[in-house]
Amino acid sequence: MNGAAVVAAIRRPAETRWLPLAALWAVLLAVPLWLPLVGGYTALAGRVLVLGLAAIGFNLLLGFTGVMSFGHAAYFGLGAYGAGLTLRYLAASTPLAMLLGTLLGGVAGTLFGLLIARRRGVYFAMVTIAFGQVCYYIAYSWNDLTGGFDGLRGFRRAPIGLGPLVLDIAGDGPAFYYFLLGVFAAAVALMGLLLRSPLGHSFIAIRENERRARFLGIPVERHIWLSFSISCGFTALAGSLYALLNNFADPLGLHYSLSGEIVIMTVMGGMRTFWGPLLGAAVFVVLQDYISSMTTNWMSFIGLLFVVVVLFFPRGLLGFLPRRGAR
Amino acid sequence: MKAGKLSGVLRRRTILTAGVAIGALPIASPFILPARGETPVKLGWVDPLTGILSALAQSEVEGARYAVAEVNGKGGILGRPVELLVEDSANDVGTGVQKTRKLIDRDQVDAIFGDVNSGIAYAMSQVTNEKKVFHIVPGGHTDPITGADCKWNVFRICNTTSMDAAAITPELVKTFGKKWFFITPDYAYGHTLQDAFVKNLKKAGGSYDGDMLPINTSDFSATLIKAKGYGPNVLLNNMGGLAQINCMKQFTQFGLGKDMGLGGALFEIESIKGVPKDAQTGWWVMEWWWNQPGVPHVADFVAAFRKGAGKTPSARHWFGYAGIHSVRLAAERAKSLAGPKLAAAMEDLELPPDVALQPGKVRYRAGDHELMSNVFVGQVHPPKGDADDVFATAALVPGEAAAGPVAETGCKMSHPA
Amino acid sequence: MLQVILYNVTNGLIIGAFYVLMALGLSLILNLSNVINFAHGNFLALGGYFAFVLTPFVGFWGALLISPLLAGLLGFVVERLLIRRVYRRDPVYSLLLTFGLAFIIQDACRYIWGPNGLPLGIPDALSRPLSPALFFITWYRVFMVAIVIVAVAGLFAFLRHTRVGLRIRAGTLDLETVSTLGVNVRLLRSINFGVGSLLAGLSGVLAAGQIGLNPNMGDDLLMPSFIAIIVGGVGSLTGTLLGGLLIGLAGALTTVVYPAASEAVIYVIMAVVLLIRPRGLLGEEGMMT
Repeated sequence: MNGAAVVAAIRRPAETRWLPLAALWAVLLAVPLWLPLVGGYTALAGRVLVLGLAAIGFNLLLGFTGVMSFGHAAYFGLGAYGAGLTLRYLAASTPLAMLLGTLLGGVAGTLFGLLIARRRGVYFAMVTIAFGQVCYYIAYSWNDLTGGFDGLRGFRRAPIGLGPLVLDIAGDGPAFYYFLLGVFAAAVALMGLLLRSPLGHSFIAIRENERRARFLGIPVERHIWLSFSISCGFTALAGSLYALLNNFADPLGLHYSLSGEIVIMTVMGGMRTFWGPLLGAAVFVVLQDYISSMTTNWMSFIGLLFVVVVLFFPRGLLGFLPRRGAR
Repeated sequence: MKAGKLSGVLRRRTILTAGVAIGALPIASPFILPARGETPVKLGWVDPLTGILSALAQSEVEGARYAVAEVNGKGGILGRPVELLVEDSANDVGTGVQKTRKLIDRDQVDAIFGDVNSGIAYAMSQVTNEKKVFHIVPGGHTDPITGADCKWNVFRICNTTSMDAAAITPELVKTFGKKWFFITPDYAYGHTLQDAFVKNLKKAGGSYDGDMLPINTSDFSATLIKAKGYGPNVLLNNMGGLAQINCMKQFTQFGLGKDMGLGGALFEIESIKGVPKDAQTGWWVMEWWWNQPGVPHVADFVAAFRKGAGKTPSARHWFGYAGIHSVRLAAERAKSLAGPKLAAAMEDLELPPDVALQPGKVRYRAGDHELMSNVFVGQVHPPKGDADDVFATAALVPGEAAAGPVAETGCKMSHPA
Repeated sequence: MLQVILYNVTNGLIIGAFYVLMALGLSLILNLSNVINFAHGNFLALGGYFAFVLTPFVGFWGALLISPLLAGLLGFVVERLLIRRVYRRDPVYSLLLTFGLAFIIQDACRYIWGPNGLPLGIPDALSRPLSPALFFITWYRVFMVAIVIVAVAGLFAFLRHTRVGLRIRAGTLDLETVSTLGVNVRLLRSINFGVGSLLAGLSGVLAAGQIGLNPNMGDDLLMPSFIAIIVGGVGSLTGTLLGGLLIGLAGALTTVVYPAASEAVIYVIMAVVLLIRPRGLLGEEGMMT
């Protein structure tokens, strides 16, 4: 699919695409009903949503701006630590935790983005990895604040009070899943709107041909920086949800191996599509959960998955669909 | 399309569970038993089978599988066969929590075991406590699990770091002297361990210096230079795993053994084998040791285990073994597998000699849920005759003596209404 | 105190020499093929394990010679079979490919040789300290440094004085031109990847003698090597050399003052370099963009 087609696909009136979308949301809404029947469990669905959100946020940068970061776990993890630290030290408020977590990851990304917006390709990737590892080491070494190697604990997500109503998401029931789904929906809607805006179109223009975009008067560095910052912000939001999901934050949430997983989810699902990363996250999380219960050699299978996707499905699962499926 | 994929994968998983879980580890074979119609008792085990702690984790699981085979051979638990579901936490807290939820929500296990990594063990205990599921921590050492953060549903088999430190301090002071130098990993485990040593050393009127190092340090020369400058009687190597091994190797290479003694808390048989022979030295703690002449049942157990698993049981094997049997004993006492009833039955439960496999009274103390097992203090040496004969027990410190009174652990146990 | 610092300077240079060996291999591959080889640390581990297997048959010295060649050969094969298929694609694919390879090799090592640490026996003469005053320098460390110096000198001579080496250097600067001049770029890249893996394998044998073997042994060395490259400047092998020595030294000196930060300090150095001189100490302007 070329760039123009992507723009067209995004611009295409909602009616022509409502059916798959409606099906997707129906499936997501009904998760607590059907998942146990097929042998799943709700916490797994929560993980899919959270990592799916991280991957969709990451894909703003990779798939829609054409810039390769290999350190997005840093912002995911910062989001988680931000949320955890808020709940632990500041206030038992879930919304505040999400806000501060998102801000911590988003601002870190924004500042770091300033430094590196001129870099490209593998060098950009390499510097983002290294920066991610800086965050990892801080979390890992700062025992007093972050709990160090053992992770940050001693906090719990709190029920949300809405005037007289209380949204009790503290338990393990479907309430928390629906809360995650609500946040996911809002975030995804925001990203969808962003991609339809002029800013989103200029991201795609940069991806398709940076030089042409420059000639068209698009301030390329500034837009890459913007895209990086926004992408980090959404990934950090996902990270803060991850902390709420586990009631825990740990340094491995910042490690480059998680960055690699976010990238493979995105590519496997289809990095030139909006929903691909969610599908990729679902397949990856379920496969990993499944294989790692089967054999201690699960790493080989996951590694093989990387190789197979790269060699045989570079366009991802959804990358193949629109040609046949949507028409 | 997505739903279809999910269901296919997950259905296959449920069908395959038994078969592949058995095939995953080589010693699993004894535990294939014909189904007897009863619903099995499901025990969920979460341990870091991959990552830096994998050697210890695999030993625990091997011990557990061995015990499961034994229990099933003798009629199971409450007349029902036992099924062990093993999950890999990959040494990652998020994964460990996820796998715990999976075992509880999906597989509906009756009890949870894990994890070697204390951080993961603690995070798991948050989940099991919330779900009211009986939880045994076989091998995660940091104090708070049966101390400040103790929970009514959580029991621990291995010692606390404080117990290990308290047990070996008198021997080190007696053998070497009171001027110590610490090499300690810079995280919760290391800090509590060093604090415990310092507390005991101060009681004996000693003095100390030391370095806190990153957990994965592989080069210790800078710190060893500092240690030599300080001139201690004994060097305390508190590092874990490979770092501990490298520290010992460099200690030996630098010839520091002439100037000072070497000791520490834990030194596991899994690690000793990674050390060159000339560096197999020093005073250490074993939390269980296979060679206990004259103690009933131990020789039989070791012989049978060697035959079944093809290796000599380590302390980790025993943790796994004792863990499974503890659930059996508690269930027989409670006549139930419900979490709160199991927990109540475990309190002050004394392990019979064929499970305890050591002298004395070994029980789960009601006040903090810590197993009062003996601490084996002694000296590591290169293999003598038997390849696994690498440790000579010098003193057997009873658990109660090492642990001190419950009041000092910081545990305030609160039971569910 | 002065003595302690002097000790640590020596020690830091020894550690730095080690980073250099690792990072040079990584740097070679990065410069010519534009691939960040995440599996580099695993080629290191393989080099160590090969030596472990070979030592009983050919002795330590034989293993020191053969294992790196095996690792290099394996690198050559892996490049021919897998890596080359993604050169023309977005760099994301080569990253993912080597990332997946890293998983597979690490797991294979654990499967074959077990999760326990294994010791690699080194000759007795090498495991002794130089003298009672210099107790912290064993002959093995001196030997490691000597090997690193020989290897680095050999590499630079190879790049400067052999036809293949010259082509690799030229390819680093302008691959298209080299290609139009009729050089077989595909073969050049395979050889280059092999040489990089060979260096990793050599590091592995040396590391195994020092810190022993385990399936994860390459992981801890991968990040310092990345940082050595970034600090030294992408595109410059001399820069990598300098960067490796610098972070080795910084780590060892930090241990004197504040040991817990001895790992963190290399990241601080990287951050400072990125802030003040984004292209790295000796990086060419333009190589990083």
